[in-house]
Amino acid sequence: MNLPFIKKFSTKALIILISSELAAVVTGPPGNGDTPWVGFHDSITQKASFFGLFVTGRWALFYAIGIISYLAVHFFKKLNSNNSAMDSLRSQYSSVAKNKYFKLAAVLVIGVLAILLPTVITDPFWREAMVSQIAVFVLLALGLNVVVGFAGLLDLGFVAFYAVGAYATAWCTGALPMPPIFGSHVNPFFAIPIAIILAMVAGVILGIPTLRLRGDYLAIVTLGFGEIITLFANNLTGITGGAQGTKQVPHFSLHIGPLKYIWGLDPVPYYYLVIGFVILFIFIFYSLEHSRVGRAWTAIREDEVAAESLGINPLKYKVMAFAIGAASAGFAGVMTAAQSNFLTPATFTLALSINILVLVIFGGMGSIFGVVFGAIVIQTITMYLIHTPPAGYQPPDLYIYIGALLVIMMIFRPGGLFPARRRQRADVATSSLENSNG
Amino acid sequence: MANLFEVSNITLRFGGVVSLSNVSLYQKRGEILAVIGPNGAGKTSLFNSLTGVYQPQEGSITFNPKEGEPISIIGKKPHVISHTGVARTFQASRMFNALTTFENVKIGAESHKGIGAIGAILRGPATRKDEKYSDARTWDLLDFVGLRAKANYIASSLSYGERRRLEIARGLATNPEVLLLDEPAAGTNPSEKLELTDLIRKVRDQMGVSILLIEHDMKLVMSLAERLYVLNFGSVIAEGTPDEIRANQNVVDAYLGTTTAEGAN
Repeated sequence: MNLPFIKKFSTKALIILISSELAAVVTGPPGNGDTPWVGFHDSITQKASFFGLFVTGRWALFYAIGIISYLAVHFFKKLNSNNSAMDSLRSQYSSVAKNKYFKLAAVLVIGVLAILLPTVITDPFWREAMVSQIAVFVLLALGLNVVVGFAGLLDLGFVAFYAVGAYATAWCTGALPMPPIFGSHVNPFFAIPIAIILAMVAGVILGIPTLRLRGDYLAIVTLGFGEIITLFANNLTGITGGAQGTKQVPHFSLHIGPLKYIWGLDPVPYYYLVIGFVILFIFIFYSLEHSRVGRAWTAIREDEVAAESLGINPLKYKVMAFAIGAASAGFAGVMTAAQSNFLTPATFTLALSINILVLVIFGGMGSIFGVVFGAIVIQTITMYLIHTPPAGYQPPDLYIYIGALLVIMMIFRPGGLFPARRRQRADVATSSLENSNG
Repeated sequence: MANLFEVSNITLRFGGVVSLSNVSLYQKRGEILAVIGPNGAGKTSLFNSLTGVYQPQEGSITFNPKEGEPISIIGKKPHVISHTGVARTFQASRMFNALTTFENVKIGAESHKGIGAIGAILRGPATRKDEKYSDARTWDLLDFVGLRAKANYIASSLSYGERRRLEIARGLATNPEVLLLDEPAAGTNPSEKLELTDLIRKVRDQMGVSILLIEHDMKLVMSLAERLYVLNFGSVIAEGTPDEIRANQNVVDAYLGTTTAEGAN
């Protein structure tokens, strides 16, 4: 610890003190005309628990978090810059990580862990959350990653495809006021292909007129599409059941010869079902990424005009990205409908679209492993805060924490937790060029 | 034998601005043709019209491929025109910076197949055969332009000269009949310029690909081109062999100037 550091640190500490006090006031009780200072007063006197470790004043809690993050960030930065030991460690790590057998082994270990997980987790809350809040969101993040990460199209209405999948399931199983196609009480298994196809068709229908737009314009149009679907679900009472939601959607069941199994209220069988589909979708998306199709997506993302001059039809590939991304969202919709038995339009909000986008950005756009990991981390944090809220935590505060996490991520790992190889390479090249120029 | 390109009386306007007015030109098969002219004369607009990026309001552009019927270029999308056998490079190099040199070229080599999403997922024998073919073709082209050693470098880490060669390889990968080069020598040093001149000649002689060239470097143009068109303010002011162009008083006044003309000699 040298003098300049202490000097710099004390200034930063003061800044953190002020901002943490502000955070404590903002998240505290709202004041009114009679007690204008209650927020400030409570921020000092009210006790809060630091993740269950110790109890302290609320402002001190925020202060501790601020100081710890600052120190972590400071030393992370130091490690990052001119540390040859760290560099060699990193290059060793990356050469190991590139090894084919290591990759295979890692996949196997993760697979076994995923299979054994329900035996470790026995808390009913977490068993439920594992399926409906984590695994389903992994599917959604995987799908959005194809659109945003691979093809570089900002889609702010991704929830629309999720809703299409869910309502298609309700329709097939006779839970909508609209008569189902194959008679009532069809097994949701039959709804899977129909829901996926309908979601893909929705992707094509949205894609063909809108994918001629670029960047911000596309984002706004997709945002509108998400809202349209929610409004349809809300207002077409005769078709969707309106704001009150659907009738009961049956659980999955299997009747093949002597084999008979019904997915009931227990989330564990759903967990295995959804894990199977997650693996299937990962395999499909990985194959696509490393094929002609994935390269064409990257080409369009990097330079659409150049891609066109090489004979790539951008519209076709973009529509395809939309449709393929929508497929996994459609399946996520089936899972949600069948597991929760009941749908209301209130589930499919803009906030959910943003939530899925956050998972993708946090994990690393374009990196399949990254988005899966990102989805698991963020959704676990969210569920933890709901299940065992620290003292003083209010549910609406969630987005403050997630937002702060994202800001920190964007500063220190702009490519996400596990940046995509292709995107990372572009960043490294650009920064090295900048360095050599500057 | 029909000409490769037959451009007749095209006019391209952006609102009130006339970018090309009544331009007519032709290119013979196997020819190295150059288009020169001062900045803003409409050279790149002409390229963009030939490749479908811009749509001229009047006139017609006909492309005669080796096999099959003549094709009218106007009204077609860039990717369709690429499929007919027209490849191009760009004034400011436009590479896929996140990809390696190899992948950049491979995209060109494989883009003329169908989409093949199902094949990509299942990786059947047909897909693997396609992959093998485009890999082999990519290596051939990297050898041809001398970038084999840089195959696994990220495109954006290449020097300007290398980027130009990469763009040429990428264009050639689409198996074109004509390659449109938009200022290939911009930003390159003298030795790279010489290499580039040789490479362009090699493309024509060994691959039989016709070349249409825009360039400001008079030395390069005069040594390469067999015929030239001079554009000024969107119209053709002269046409002829390099010697004829150098002697043309209109061209000297509009573009070359006296000192440049001497320097080019």
